[in-house]
Amino acid sequence: MLSIKNLHVSIDGKEILKGINLEVKPGEVHAIMGPNGAGKSTLASVLAGRDLYEVTEGEIVFQGKDVLDMAPEDRAKEGIFLGFQYPIEIPGVSTVNFMKTAVNEHRKHKGLAPLTASDFLKLMRDKKNLVEIDSKLTNRSVNEGFSGGEKKKNEIFQMAMLEPKLAVLDETDSGLDIDALRVVANGVNKLKTAENSTIVITHYQRLLDYIVPDVVHVLFDGRIVKTAGKELALELEEKGYDWIKEENGK
Amino acid sequence: MANIDTINKDFANLFEQGKELLTNGSSNCMNKAREKAFVQFQKLGVPTRANENYKYTNLIPAFDHPYNVNLRYMEVDVDLNDIFQCDVPELDTNMVLLTNGWYYGNNKTLTELPKGVIVCGVQEAAKKYPAIFEAHYGKYAKPADDGLVALNTALAKDGLFIYVPKGVVVEKPIQVVNLLRSDRDLLATQRNLFVIEENAQAKIIVCDHTLTHHKYLSNAVTEINVATNAVFDLYTLQNQHLNSVILNSTFIRQEKNSNVLTNTISLYGGTIRNNHHVLLDGEHCENHTFGMYLMDKDQHVDNFTSIDHAKPNCLSNEHFKGVMDGKATAAFAGRIYVRPDAQKTLAYQSNNNLLLSDDAQINTKPQLIIDADDVKCSHGATVGQMDEDALFYLRARGIDEKEARQMLMFAFAHEIIEKIRVEPLKDRIDALVDTRLRGEISKCNTCAIACKN
Ligand SMILES: Nc1ncnc2c1ncn2[C@@H]1O[C@H](COP(=O)(O)OP(=O)(O)OP(=O)(O)O)[C@@H](O)[C@H]1O
Ligand SMILES: [Mg+2]
Repeated sequence: MLSIKNLHVSIDGKEILKGINLEVKPGEVHAIMGPNGAGKSTLASVLAGRDLYEVTEGEIVFQGKDVLDMAPEDRAKEGIFLGFQYPIEIPGVSTVNFMKTAVNEHRKHKGLAPLTASDFLKLMRDKKNLVEIDSKLTNRSVNEGFSGGEKKKNEIFQMAMLEPKLAVLDETDSGLDIDALRVVANGVNKLKTAENSTIVITHYQRLLDYIVPDVVHVLFDGRIVKTAGKELALELEEKGYDWIKEENGK
Repeated sequence: MANIDTINKDFANLFEQGKELLTNGSSNCMNKAREKAFVQFQKLGVPTRANENYKYTNLIPAFDHPYNVNLRYMEVDVDLNDIFQCDVPELDTNMVLLTNGWYYGNNKTLTELPKGVIVCGVQEAAKKYPAIFEAHYGKYAKPADDGLVALNTALAKDGLFIYVPKGVVVEKPIQVVNLLRSDRDLLATQRNLFVIEENAQAKIIVCDHTLTHHKYLSNAVTEINVATNAVFDLYTLQNQHLNSVILNSTFIRQEKNSNVLTNTISLYGGTIRNNHHVLLDGEHCENHTFGMYLMDKDQHVDNFTSIDHAKPNCLSNEHFKGVMDGKATAAFAGRIYVRPDAQKTLAYQSNNNLLLSDDAQINTKPQLIIDADDVKCSHGATVGQMDEDALFYLRARGIDEKEARQMLMFAFAHEIIEKIRVEPLKDRIDALVDTRLRGEISKCNTCAIACKN
């Protein structure tokens, strides 16, 4: 489904990703962990097509297509979804209008007619229930005045609306209380099929109790330095990153 | 190019030679004001950039043109009621037409106006209702303060008069459609007077249209008095062609406990200068002055505003927003006076601009002159580009770049549109702004906006 080979990424001439290799198969859940500043969000943003970053080497192939030349919106329509670490507030853009436009763009891409107003509202209702998000929030401007936790829930709500093939969730668990964490994890699990894949970026083992990964990677200083099964997450939780740093000579 | 002295001299000749036509049919009150104003005009002339208040708008190219001037009402060879029909059926209004600054002779009778409400031409009002007219005419717009007001007062023969008597609420908005329609390039002078008495309420929507491609210069002055406890809204929609010059000076005086909201929306036009003066002349007034400008190509807009807190305990809230593209230029000046007795004044002001191109320019200048100590004033101006993070967020959900930009621009502008207190008008302006921001021209009905480029 996703194949990243030797990906090098710089910003303002500073190399941040230094040769990432990653293979994700349909139906798999991958966790990416690693210390602050390792480059996890950079990887996620580059996948989604943020042009702030310069890809200097390597390739990203998604479902057989080279995505590096694709605009962010085309990647989204192909099925890549990024749950932002810091979802932005957009005053004046209503959540309803935003989601209606996004959903219909996806439908157009698939050769489907736009949803009628009533079908769209029904879809909103169903997905809102799924992620237990309050109508008070979806009636507002995008993320405007939302708490940290509400913003994260809203990311999962959008994911539910768009039903991506590959969801990259960048620290969707941080800032969530235990109930919200369960809601978010449930949402992700309910949307899980044998076909779609998930990459969860996290610092905490606790999310992985709910969303059980097939593979855990450690990203350190722009490289994936360790890949193992879900037990690696427990080990990191226990021992921190110092041993990783030592192993990598830092 | 002619210099300013030639332009001023041409006006002097026009005044002297046209005197008979100018005074003919006008009331004594207007003619007396005319003489005095002309003396002032001779001192002041057309404002140039040497005048601090006109630093950002060069009027010489606007005036340097052989315009025709109509010193008397010209019969219109077609029925304007047929030609112009507002294409917003939901916008149920009392509609009145003006042609080239004159009250249109074949206006339909407004049958739904409440008893006592007067809507007619200024020339007619001066004769029929001298007591009301003379109590207000020339009381708020002072020729000595501005050459354009002096010129207007010297040349003005007609315009629109609206009177809403004590306690009367005009439910349906009054829609004033200013039509410029000529077979020659034209300088139009229009003088309006709106008098809203105690406890009265009215909403006025002014739509400026050009019906032919000729070059127009319109120098309009509107005086408005809003008496105690009255509530008044004024929405001005400027949508003309690139070859037009709009000089629009509005003077509003508010008496105690009155509530006024204005929203000046500049959608299209060659050169637009709005002079907007508010005098809060009684305690506990509330004033909301809003405005928006969407400019591209070589368009120019200059909003010069002044809010004068002459009495204590008043609130003013001013907000202008602009979206600028191409080589468009804009200026905003926000002057707030707080007079020595005007304690407990609350005055807020902001001006936000979105620049979409490297060549677009905005000069924004707040100016607070505060002579009282117990006041709360704030002002803020921003000039920025589109928020790249927000743009990426929308695109990451599958919305293409063009549409995402559109959504963000619209969101930016909508904050001003939201303040409109007439629902169908709000929807209409939303739609006009949406098309305008798509780089298209938002045409109302028969408007000749699309100019030869
Ligand atoms: N826009 C930017 N300009 C300059 N440097 C940047 C920019 N974005 C990221 N960086 C740098 O790139 C490196 C990786 O940042 P990134 O956000 O990818 O880390 P992360 O692994 O997601 O960290 P965290 O766990 O704190 O979220 C950091 O050193 C960061 O300072
Ligand atoms: Mg991060």
